[in-house]
Amino acid sequence: MAGTSDPVADAVSAALARYRGNPHYILQMLREIQEACDWIPPEAIDRLQVELRLPRTKIEGVAGFYAFLYAQPRGLYRVLFSDNITDRMLGNMELLDYMCKQLWVERGKTSEDGLVSIDTASCTGMCDQGPAILVNNYAITRMTAARVDEICELIRNKAPVSDWPADYFRVDDQVQRKDLLLGSELAPGAALAAALSRGPEGMLAEIKASNLRGRGGAGFGTGLKWEACRNAQGSARYVVCNADEGEPGTFKDRVLLSSHADMVFEGMTLCALAIGSAQGMLYLRGEYRYLLERLNAVLELRRRRKLLGDNILGRPGFNFDIEIHLGAGAYICGEESALIESLEGKRGTPRNRPPFPVTHGYLGQPTVVNNVETFAASCLIAQRGGGWYAGIGTNASAGTKILSVSGDCARPGLYEYPFGVSVGEVLQACGATDVQAVQVSGPSGICISAPEFSRRIAFEDIPTAGAFMVFNHSRDMFEVARNFVHFFAHESCGFCTPCRVGTSLLKKLMDKLNNGHGSPYDLAEIENLNRILQSMSHCGLGHSACNPVLDTMAKFRPAYEKRLQHQEFEPAFDLDRALRKARQMTGRDDAGAHFAVTSGETK
Amino acid sequence: MSATFTLDGNAIPFIEGQTILQAAQSAGKYIPHLCYHPEFKPHGSCKLCTVKLGARQIASCTTLAQAGMEVESDTQALNDERRTLTQMLFVEGNHFCPSCEKSGDCKLQATAYELGMMSAHFVPFFPSRPVDASHPDLLLDFNRCILCSLCVRASRDVDGKNVFALSGRGINTHLIVNAKSGRLADTDVSLDDKATQVCPVGVFLRKDRGFAVPIGKRTYDLKPISAYVEAGAASAKD
Repeated sequence: MAGTSDPVADAVSAALARYRGNPHYILQMLREIQEACDWIPPEAIDRLQVELRLPRTKIEGVAGFYAFLYAQPRGLYRVLFSDNITDRMLGNMELLDYMCKQLWVERGKTSEDGLVSIDTASCTGMCDQGPAILVNNYAITRMTAARVDEICELIRNKAPVSDWPADYFRVDDQVQRKDLLLGSELAPGAALAAALSRGPEGMLAEIKASNLRGRGGAGFGTGLKWEACRNAQGSARYVVCNADEGEPGTFKDRVLLSSHADMVFEGMTLCALAIGSAQGMLYLRGEYRYLLERLNAVLELRRRRKLLGDNILGRPGFNFDIEIHLGAGAYICGEESALIESLEGKRGTPRNRPPFPVTHGYLGQPTVVNNVETFAASCLIAQRGGGWYAGIGTNASAGTKILSVSGDCARPGLYEYPFGVSVGEVLQACGATDVQAVQVSGPSGICISAPEFSRRIAFEDIPTAGAFMVFNHSRDMFEVARNFVHFFAHESCGFCTPCRVGTSLLKKLMDKLNNGHGSPYDLAEIENLNRILQSMSHCGLGHSACNPVLDTMAKFRPAYEKRLQHQEFEPAFDLDRALRKARQMTGRDDAGAHFAVTSGETK
Repeated sequence: MSATFTLDGNAIPFIEGQTILQAAQSAGKYIPHLCYHPEFKPHGSCKLCTVKLGARQIASCTTLAQAGMEVESDTQALNDERRTLTQMLFVEGNHFCPSCEKSGDCKLQATAYELGMMSAHFVPFFPSRPVDASHPDLLLDFNRCILCSLCVRASRDVDGKNVFALSGRGINTHLIVNAKSGRLADTDVSLDDKATQVCPVGVFLRKDRGFAVPIGKRTYDLKPISAYVEAGAASAKD
């Protein structure tokens, strides 16, 4: 393409060309324009509006939804500190404050010279090697004060991120226990060949016989889903891999995609064979941007090996290809109907259901949406049969589960176990001692305490999408819950009233307790909010937003009680805290600038 | 003889394809709602129309009626939860009924009265939402927006203009207009647009007309919002 002197115009032209001017790809175009321009300038939207024949409102509405898209300049360097509780336990907030001081920038603001902005992001999926940050959407692990110093120097010198030391960007798999999946040495194409010899119906029968259930946490029968999609009426069928691994504490898909991408893509291809699909899409969370080129290279190799494309493995008419869509910082897009909206280039708002994606999914056509791990597992079933797979694990939970272990333990990383493993066994394996609690399946999952460590990881006991965060007795479980509540408030899509407002109200209540203004009244308020969120919310995000609070309130009551400093209702408003802004503006912090000493301020 | 379901024990007839809310309205039964409007595709976002179906609670505006369903709506428990939702809508925006031009014509206010809301209960958020007074004929007061998206749907589906859309996310979700400047004056909005006529609250205000009907004689001053539902007719006030 001929370059002009206008970098914005060039970026827009490149994005339009790459996505053939198809408005369904607007999110991908915006993302690429930002990569080139560091933000999304209004002039870029001017062009897109004309070329895509989309109303400006639609483009701005999409750009405004995703946390990683900026309609305002956010600096040449955009630093985001992952803010999962595991990052906090590793000191991320101290490092953030330190970096802000070093670079003379206020958190959340862009520096006056337009060089840098520093803020937090929801969990970036590096919990086993945190504290982690994203710089211009590229993941950096194992932050230390020394690394902050180095990065500040690179930023001051305006060194391009691509020239930064490669070690910063090193992301380790840290596989600590392998089983069927992580230990598999399946050659690319082997599962597909086995499936082709069985035929589409045969393949589907094996998946059904295997009792494989969705690994995203909900556990819907994979065979049932594929069959329903295969039988649904439509002009096309789609296979979608949900790699929007956003549940804080979960990072297994990152490893599967780093080191077992062939299995994931092959599983998608098996599904395509079984349901009769020609088009697959992998929705990769924006935090895993660094994997994009690598994954595209794997896809290219598979095309060359006739494992993708037309007449796959020589079977006439078996045509299937896969493309990768990147997310841009929206946990809600892990919900399958929100994910499909996002694939269509819309705001990631969960749809009204029914109809479900198996009958009305991508572009209204029958669509299978499965987790990364589910597709990978289907390869094992294609090769060794459904009956074999069904015999592993427990009665209602066939096969193995990969757990992402992080927090207070000697050996964080991935642990693959047959279903039925007890929490205690995992704790022992990862070298966790003095354990107070484990948060299984992330903030939307369940928090369990010592008496429950004999419980089992299985759909019949504790179902999980994979997160397994360990907390020892030095941890304040109230702070854990407060971190999760902030997460839900940040990630609520804003569509329905109860979740949009309720998650913010809950956040305010937890902050109120933290600020020392709590009374039993506030605990009753939390219970009220929980009822509304559970019964009135549009989707699972709202339904589960109170879980961490209810669990920790029931199991770690003293952590709450020590914050209930008042028996009678106390307002959240605090005169001294209200003066904080004035103190900041005047640069004063002496005794005369305070009313009375109150408990710690909220970060 | 059409199929029926029951709503609070009363048999409600419906025709295939009608939602629970539509069938209830046709039968003269009021189910509180704000983002639903009979002329537009149901949105299901305000959740006020939530009803109980077996053990589950579902939005009645997006759920199709089926023969034999047993639906509960006018119960203490549901109305308590609806009142809480209404309070949430009040504290999330800036709603000052006594000084509002739409007082008495506002569905949020009328619904709050209907549900016996006596206070906002929660601490107000006091968001900063500057008004858009750029247009010669229309004032947009975003302080009152409850994000129901009726103007969005009306502009898109009826006016064919896409003047309005929602942007932002979560508690920062907000209404935007179709202009690079972000100002209503720079859009092709017109007073005749359906979009300017469907707001259930008071975001859209005519500049040349104020308090034309005195307070005390306005829509919901005359009778409560539930009394506007009439059997057999999709009333003008839906």
